[in-house]
Amino acid sequence: MTAREEAGPILKISDLRVTFHTYAGDVKALNGVDLTVRKGEVLGLVGESGCGKSVTSLAVAGLLPPNAELESGTITLAGADILKMSREEIRQKRLTDIAMVFQDPMTYLNPVLTVGSQLLEIITQEPKLFLPALVRHRLEEIGPEGKEAPALAAERERLLSISRGGRPGRKEVERLARQYVVSTLRQVRLPDPEKVLDMYPFELSGGMRQRVMIAMALVRRPKLLLADEMTTALDVTVQAQILQLLRELRKEIDASIVLITHDLAVVAEVCDRVAVMYAGNIVELAGVEELYSDPLHPYTKGLLASIPRVDSARTRQVSIGGSVPNLLFPPSGCRFHPRCPKAFGKCPQVKPPLVEVKPGHLVACLLYEE
Amino acid sequence: MAEEARNRNSRTGRWADVRYMLHLFRQNPIVLAGAVISAASVIIALMSGLLVSSTYWNHITPGASLCWNNQLIDWHIANVFNCGGPVYPLGTDLYGRGLLQMIIVAIPVDLQIAFEVVASAMIIGTVLGGVAAYMGGVVDEIILRATDIFLAVPGILLAIVLLVVLGRTIPVLTTAVLITWWPFYVRLARSQVLSEKEKLYVERLKATGASGPRILFRHIIPNTIYPILIQGTLDIGAVILTVSALMFIGLTPDPKYPELGNLAKQGIQYIFTAPWMILFPGLTLLIISVGFNLLGDGIRDVFDPRLRR
Repeated sequence: MTAREEAGPILKISDLRVTFHTYAGDVKALNGVDLTVRKGEVLGLVGESGCGKSVTSLAVAGLLPPNAELESGTITLAGADILKMSREEIRQKRLTDIAMVFQDPMTYLNPVLTVGSQLLEIITQEPKLFLPALVRHRLEEIGPEGKEAPALAAERERLLSISRGGRPGRKEVERLARQYVVSTLRQVRLPDPEKVLDMYPFELSGGMRQRVMIAMALVRRPKLLLADEMTTALDVTVQAQILQLLRELRKEIDASIVLITHDLAVVAEVCDRVAVMYAGNIVELAGVEELYSDPLHPYTKGLLASIPRVDSARTRQVSIGGSVPNLLFPPSGCRFHPRCPKAFGKCPQVKPPLVEVKPGHLVACLLYEE
Repeated sequence: MAEEARNRNSRTGRWADVRYMLHLFRQNPIVLAGAVISAASVIIALMSGLLVSSTYWNHITPGASLCWNNQLIDWHIANVFNCGGPVYPLGTDLYGRGLLQMIIVAIPVDLQIAFEVVASAMIIGTVLGGVAAYMGGVVDEIILRATDIFLAVPGILLAIVLLVVLGRTIPVLTTAVLITWWPFYVRLARSQVLSEKEKLYVERLKATGASGPRILFRHIIPNTIYPILIQGTLDIGAVILTVSALMFIGLTPDPKYPELGNLAKQGIQYIFTAPWMILFPGLTLLIISVGFNLLGDGIRDVFDPRLRR
């Protein structure tokens, strides 16, 4: 755990402001988001619908819709500023460094191509980028020198010559890619991966499709995995299986995961740290245990209090008063102040900065500003 | 054990796909009829050279077409307007050529023009329409306004003008029909791609770093090709009818040219003395067009993997 915390940030977002230009007016969707994701951690990004969770992840992947405008801010991925990159550079980043897992696995797979061709295409579209990984993977499969089956010795020779700069043929790349994809499907615990490759998306169950989507993200060996509501469209038992898979995978893959969800239970299951978003701001950021045991921001407190519990004698559902602000006309100062039970004089005027009040526990609230 | 292996083999692979398609064909009698008629006409077209000499239609001695030296009448006098028999089952025409033989020679001519026109229109339409819809903006405007120009002129009229100006040859005829035909495919493909490109899997592809041409040509177009394919199959019949209509009004390379519309045109002049001369070419046209139309109706049920549940 400590080793993880010492590692540097893989993703650093600072003062990110995104506005959507719509017919009704400008929607200020993100209002200065600051966020760091450390190497190898699972960060939960929670908040209600429309608070800017997905917009944040789309901005990181460079997939904002054309009517969105990035007003200010920087997004640094592994030391490189994404916002300063050309379109082609961002495309390469999306191919290798950033992977997304989406909400509804059915609609995110092309219905007329087989699962295999969609998975393989990720690799074969830029074989040069993936070739070293493919060769390394196959060499690992073959096993250490001298112990392999005699039939594989020739293949090892061939692979070594490729890794020394030999140019493999198209067929060879495809064969290597197929072996690689099959092992990735095995990694996401899909039964009978060879057979799944030749199936169409509609032939798979919801859980299998989501596993395929995760495999699609993993074949690229990304540095950052953005999982946007990946369990929302699944029923509860499948959800549990996918979360279990995610927990197992985080040990196997060397990637940071940002888990975007509105399900606090999911966050408690798998995350190391949690960032709570409200109306385009990060309002609180802390370790999971810390946040659940000692929430500081009034919004987080309300959010945690509103989780229904089977063991309490409470009969009425607790909720936060008021409604989600219309981001066309966001409240001044702290955007939570109209609904905040503890709002006081300065709240409508001053936008609270995100400050560290305890080690590793950041909160954006004027109550804690000394 | 062997049973299981066989099941597995029949579940996967290219052959399973083909076998499943044949199964779907068998399920639907109307599509099957369309497929049989279309296949039969294509087979006749391919074998036409073996059944009847491809120069049969012009099998007349050089001076024969001159009225004042009408060896033709002397030579074939017994055959002219023959109403049927063992050698000429469908009768003969005014040149003494067997109608059955003429129809067999004419089918490949018509089908070739139809396939060329439809295939070119489909390719041009899908590429231009797809690019217009996917790129949007200025490109979209330019491509659409170009199709508008072609759509603004009545199709048949444009074809007639081209044939008259450039000469009445088969390549000109094919091009003329194609020029009136492709804009519809651009519009069809564009509308399909417009709705398809908003699908979420396109967003996923962008997120996996796929390039624009790859997304369009490998993913979006295979998803939108079915309406275009159906339109193409239906249009084979329509193109044959248009070509025949142009021939019927006299835009033929040669008055004796073996083309179903041209044969019918000859027939209409003798409709009371030799009704078979218009009946059989007309019937052939009807059967071929209906066959391709029936096939077009059902082709999607067979090829679209989304409908196989």
